[in-house]
Amino acid sequence: MTISTRGAGKAPAVLVLEDGRSFRGRAYGAVGETFGEAVFSTGMTGYQETLTDPSYHRQVVVMTAPHVGNTGVNDEDAESKRIWVSGYVVRDPARLPSNWRSRRSLDEELTSQGVVGISGVDTRALTRHLRERGAMRVGIFSGNAIEDEGVLLAKVRQAPEMAGADLAAEVATQDAYVVPAIGTRKFTVAAIDLGIKGMTPHRMAERGIEVHVLPATATLDEVYAVEPDGVFFSNGPGDPSTAEHPVSLMRGVLERKTPLFGICFGNQILGRALGFGTYKLKYGHRGINQPVQDRTTGKVEVTAHNHGFAVDAPLDRVSDTEFGRAEVSHVCLNDQVVEGLQLLDQAAFSVQYHPEAAAGPHDAAYLFDRFVSLMEGQRA
Amino acid sequence: MPKRSDIQSVLVIGSGPIVIGQAAEFDYSGTQACRVLKAEGLRVILVNSNPATIMTDPEIADATYVEPITPEFVEKIIAKERPDALLPTLGGQTALNTAISMHENGVLEKYGVELIGANVEAINKGEDRELFKGVVEAVKARIGYGESARSVICHSLDEVLAGVDTLGGYPVVVRPSFTMGGAGSGFAHDEGELRRIAGQGLTLSPTTEVLLEESILGWKEYELELMRDRNDNVVVVCSIENFDPMGVHTGDSITVAPAMTLTDREYQRLRDIGIAIIREVGVDTGGCNIQFAVDPADGRIIVIEMNPRVSRSSALASKATGFPIAKIAAKLAVGYTLDEIPNDITEKTPASFEPTLDYVVVKAPRFAFEKFPSADSTLTTTMKSVGEAMAIGRNFTEALQKALRSLEKKGSQFAFTGEPGDKDALLADAVRPTDGRINTVMRAIRAGATPEEVFDATRIDPWFVDQLFLIKEIADELAAAERLDAELIAEAKRHGFSDAQIGEIRGLREDVVREVRHALGVRPVYKTVDTCAAEFAAKTPYFYSSYDEESEVAARTKPAVIILGSGPNRIGQGIEFDYSCVHASFALSDAGFETVMVNCNPETVSTDYDTSDRLYFEPLTLEDVLEIVHAETLAGPVAGVIVQLGGQTPLGLSQALKDNGVPVVGTPPEAIHAAEDRGAFGRVLAEAGLPAPKHGTATTFAEAKAIADEIGYPVLVRPSYVLGGRGMEIVYDETRLSAYISESTEISPTRPVLVDRFLDDAIEIDVDALYDGTELYLGGVMEHIEEAGIHSGDSACALPPITLGGHDIKRLRASTEGIAKGVGVRGLINIQFALSGDILYVLEANPRASRTVPFASKATAVPLAKAAARISLGATVAELREEGLLPRHGDGGTLPLDAPISVKEAVMPWSRFRDIHGRGVDTVLGPEMRSTGEVMGIDSAFGTAYAKSQAGAYGPLPTKGRAFISVANRDKRSMIFPARELVAHGFELMATSGTAEVLKRNGINATLVRKQSEGEGPNGEKTIVQLIHAGEVDLIVNTPYGTGGRLDGYEIRTAAIARSVPCLTTVQALAAAVQGIDALHHGDVGVRSLQEHAERLTAARD
Repeated sequence: MTISTRGAGKAPAVLVLEDGRSFRGRAYGAVGETFGEAVFSTGMTGYQETLTDPSYHRQVVVMTAPHVGNTGVNDEDAESKRIWVSGYVVRDPARLPSNWRSRRSLDEELTSQGVVGISGVDTRALTRHLRERGAMRVGIFSGNAIEDEGVLLAKVRQAPEMAGADLAAEVATQDAYVVPAIGTRKFTVAAIDLGIKGMTPHRMAERGIEVHVLPATATLDEVYAVEPDGVFFSNGPGDPSTAEHPVSLMRGVLERKTPLFGICFGNQILGRALGFGTYKLKYGHRGINQPVQDRTTGKVEVTAHNHGFAVDAPLDRVSDTEFGRAEVSHVCLNDQVVEGLQLLDQAAFSVQYHPEAAAGPHDAAYLFDRFVSLMEGQRA
Repeated sequence: MPKRSDIQSVLVIGSGPIVIGQAAEFDYSGTQACRVLKAEGLRVILVNSNPATIMTDPEIADATYVEPITPEFVEKIIAKERPDALLPTLGGQTALNTAISMHENGVLEKYGVELIGANVEAINKGEDRELFKGVVEAVKARIGYGESARSVICHSLDEVLAGVDTLGGYPVVVRPSFTMGGAGSGFAHDEGELRRIAGQGLTLSPTTEVLLEESILGWKEYELELMRDRNDNVVVVCSIENFDPMGVHTGDSITVAPAMTLTDREYQRLRDIGIAIIREVGVDTGGCNIQFAVDPADGRIIVIEMNPRVSRSSALASKATGFPIAKIAAKLAVGYTLDEIPNDITEKTPASFEPTLDYVVVKAPRFAFEKFPSADSTLTTTMKSVGEAMAIGRNFTEALQKALRSLEKKGSQFAFTGEPGDKDALLADAVRPTDGRINTVMRAIRAGATPEEVFDATRIDPWFVDQLFLIKEIADELAAAERLDAELIAEAKRHGFSDAQIGEIRGLREDVVREVRHALGVRPVYKTVDTCAAEFAAKTPYFYSSYDEESEVAARTKPAVIILGSGPNRIGQGIEFDYSCVHASFALSDAGFETVMVNCNPETVSTDYDTSDRLYFEPLTLEDVLEIVHAETLAGPVAGVIVQLGGQTPLGLSQALKDNGVPVVGTPPEAIHAAEDRGAFGRVLAEAGLPAPKHGTATTFAEAKAIADEIGYPVLVRPSYVLGGRGMEIVYDETRLSAYISESTEISPTRPVLVDRFLDDAIEIDVDALYDGTELYLGGVMEHIEEAGIHSGDSACALPPITLGGHDIKRLRASTEGIAKGVGVRGLINIQFALSGDILYVLEANPRASRTVPFASKATAVPLAKAAARISLGATVAELREEGLLPRHGDGGTLPLDAPISVKEAVMPWSRFRDIHGRGVDTVLGPEMRSTGEVMGIDSAFGTAYAKSQAGAYGPLPTKGRAFISVANRDKRSMIFPARELVAHGFELMATSGTAEVLKRNGINATLVRKQSEGEGPNGEKTIVQLIHAGEVDLIVNTPYGTGGRLDGYEIRTAAIARSVPCLTTVQALAAAVQGIDALHHGDVGVRSLQEHAERLTAARD
């Protein structure tokens, strides 16, 4: 037993993967037990944004950056009203936050929101394991929740899997709300919330767009009730193959030829709406350093990713779809995964990554401008 | 966009001699670039005057010119080679400035040479303060943030004084334009300081321009490394945060990668500004670094500066991330785009990404203030460190403590025993940034300082301060624990505590702690630097240790040789040793071994992951090395560990490694002892019948006095077991001897002081040789130009020797063989001889690779270090001759008569240091080494070679003008002939009264000038110092008496430094300079590549 004062008050904790590998550490944040899909995120900054990104719903996030919590938690950087990750795995949590905007420590924030975490584990070993074996279910147990590892493993194996999960409704807003345009209002956009991040409507508002954020369950009539110049489909958690309602909603929008933009989950919805398949990546893309090439310009942008599923569309040719010709517009240079789609005969496009970039580099912000020009084009 | 097809040959300019602010990192980057360009099928032409570099190895470029990096010489090379393009961004400020002047004087246009990797407009925008300010303003207009500190540009002292009012008063920052390593910049707190700093800055700036700036002292400081390709793709390779806040040059700061205390929003803002700047400046292809200051109170961002080229920081960033900036910059320069270049480490992903780190990197600077006792040790915006160590850990505390122990300097590690001292006094001390301030802070914490008090005193970010508290709390736990259990040791190790530190805290010997730790099963694992935080599999075994769970060292079948590097650069142990280590790696890899490099110096070629089969970026302490040997022994067979190539650092581990059962190959530890221990070495000499100067060893003044009385003054005194002549001094009388003994801190009963007869007027000779147990290969015989008494590292020397005859070489060979055999050398040995009268004295022997190995190797076209590595592992000289690694016949002692003459000249860091009153430090050479680097001049005759060495080191020798001569009495006789020669070459001589009188008596006219001590004359006649400052003197000859800076000499020599006037401080140097001037007068000095020299030499040998 340690006599460490650094771990004082911090209970032992154990992380158990569904394939039986386990890691021991100390509790971080709330004490108790939690389950989810184990994924790793390679971003070195932006933990507050990551934690509050609804796309991480039901996932246990492993941070590859060793020091987490250094800048504390502030009142501005959250991407939604709460922390969505179901568990948090870090190596060296900060004992003391230091930043002029910090309001409280991350440890306090995790505790107050009841997020069970673990610290002091070999996160690199865990990451390498997930890389080799693929994302899998995991449980974190601390304090009284610790039992015989066999029992814990059985619990992990009983937890629900991510494949086949329909989660958008769980994270999306129940009620529609409006994010007003900053400055003069030029356009109105209906944004379907499948797990939208706060920065996304903000990026649109900056460009003179009044954003009507609608629940995931919104009907086509509700969408057109706001008289949108364009329709936006957000990011969100879960398996796109279960997203029947959003897919049929999008098909309705495509039939009406309203300018359309999708991000992340929204890209997968477009893929399905066009008749492409989607599949689960072995361990997903989660980080803010992914090189994506815009195939229309040849330029490479460094982008923020958070996706475990991807669209299965041909890279080498234009595809004929119900809505005219479609092509893969963006591709990840690391692994040639489809990162963007566009229709050639009507105003609709989507990307698999996060141009709103919170956290992450701002290289892809031009995509919001592209959406604006599509809406301008439609008007002209 | 693939490679350009219109470029077939490229000229690469290196950075020249190692100086403060421009060191081995440019060998690393230049070597990478040359290799890449060569692999692309281009003809690579290289110019670099520094022989100690890997890049000047003949196999790295197609044509290697070890010639001065001046526009004149580079033009000669261009005229001869007619390259299509010139790549100037990999050789530091030297290369950039040379390229710009060749652009401006029309040479590039004349020969149709295209500047690639940077255009002149971009270089100017990046480096010219005023233009850069415009860049930052344009960026702010575009993206809405980023600004420059408020400032004014000044071209005269009057403008400077007026500028202070514009900025709202003191303190202000002074930054001269176009100088490297921040030379000449500093903080001025009042008018006196301002006059001094700005005055010098105006002089140092090639455009006589300084920038005066609002003070942002104490702000957080960050640096980004960026790359851009011709498609306008930009990536940020690395972010670096300075532990020491604004006010300390980033080269002198402890720095951390990645940035630790920024939120994503703030970091992205820096990134946006950085990208906008690289675009606005117009860096077409390649890298740049940008420095930022961030106000800790509200996040206001100020852009400090950018370097539109590869830099020290980019070398650090490359090592910190595994992203090889220089290599990629070279590829971008010839037309590739980032997405077309694969990431070496993953092989599968492209270079158009931003590395992400799952570890923490800490760099700590290594200073040499002990060499310049009169220099002000306050750290400022002028870089003063001579080297650096980098360490990698899985958290900050681990990386920091590893970095501090990598510095390998007494007191660099945190100590937790003994009285820390008075809290308030310690906090007051910590206000002033110095070498070791972090240790002062730790003592203050131990003395009870609160985090707030530490922050108030130092402005070090509270997160870093808390990490220091964390370290201190663990030390407390270690001290308080009843016993060391596995959990506590593991916890301490996770925060970087060494076995030695734990031992000190617990009152145990280091080896006992290690035994306990091993018994408890607490050992480090080795993780990989992979650029991607394990997202993709890494193919490159670039390791660092950590006390974590899983090790990534793969099993291997080939026998491994572990090569221990030389650690941070310092005066006396620099790039030359890295050269030898790298050569060993190449040679042993060719011979079928798996090579494993261990080093902690980020500036070097040895720590390039491409150099060896495996790289361990680790401190070179016994503990760290033993753990690596253990890990590699588990991975496969270990043929041995090489300790004799990395200088004193690994050599010092030799015995302890052997005692721990490690197979040390090459010269055995006992032999090392036989050479280093005075008594044992005396017996070796006696057996071989060789004379040494009379000497004795003493531990007290009384003993030292008795010895000195017996052998007679002057005597040479020094501590035992030191490198670089540390603490060595020539003592002329008893008073000084007494003072020396009482001042010296290194003397103790186990470390006695050595007292030697000082051989006045002797010729000093350095010999590098290989010995395999039966056969001696004389690598090179170097005759010093300065007489004995000046440290061999600071003395110029010639190879082949210019005044020694066949008989002397014969004696040197016999003596060398006798010593090599007597000591038991297997590999390299360096011996210093002094020829006095007709007696050949042995001064000392070092059974290891010496500083001169790369010079001798290049001068004789024989890879001595490669041969030494092979001999260490059992090859014989005969076998190596057979193989062709050594010449079939003859050796460095039997060079043909028409062999080229090579001259090595040392480069001194005088201009970097000031005393606390702001005056320059004295420039007199002595037995303690103080040079930071060297250059080589090579030509068919001595005079030309010497002139080239001077041009490479200090700027060209003057061929006409005014020469001032003032010499010590003992030198007056030997001055007459060279003085007459100067007159014959059209120089006008100036002299002070004593010297002028002697000249006159010998029929040489000299204008009498006033000494500084005499003051200005009644009719306003200027003193010599005033004349120097007025630019009216072209050459200075000033030899001192003794070593103390005294009377006029000091003022004259410091004025010479300030005005960059060549200053010769020995008559031997004067004689050599006269030969050089003579050569320059005799017409065109040509250039010839090392490959051509080697071809002729080889032909002459056969």
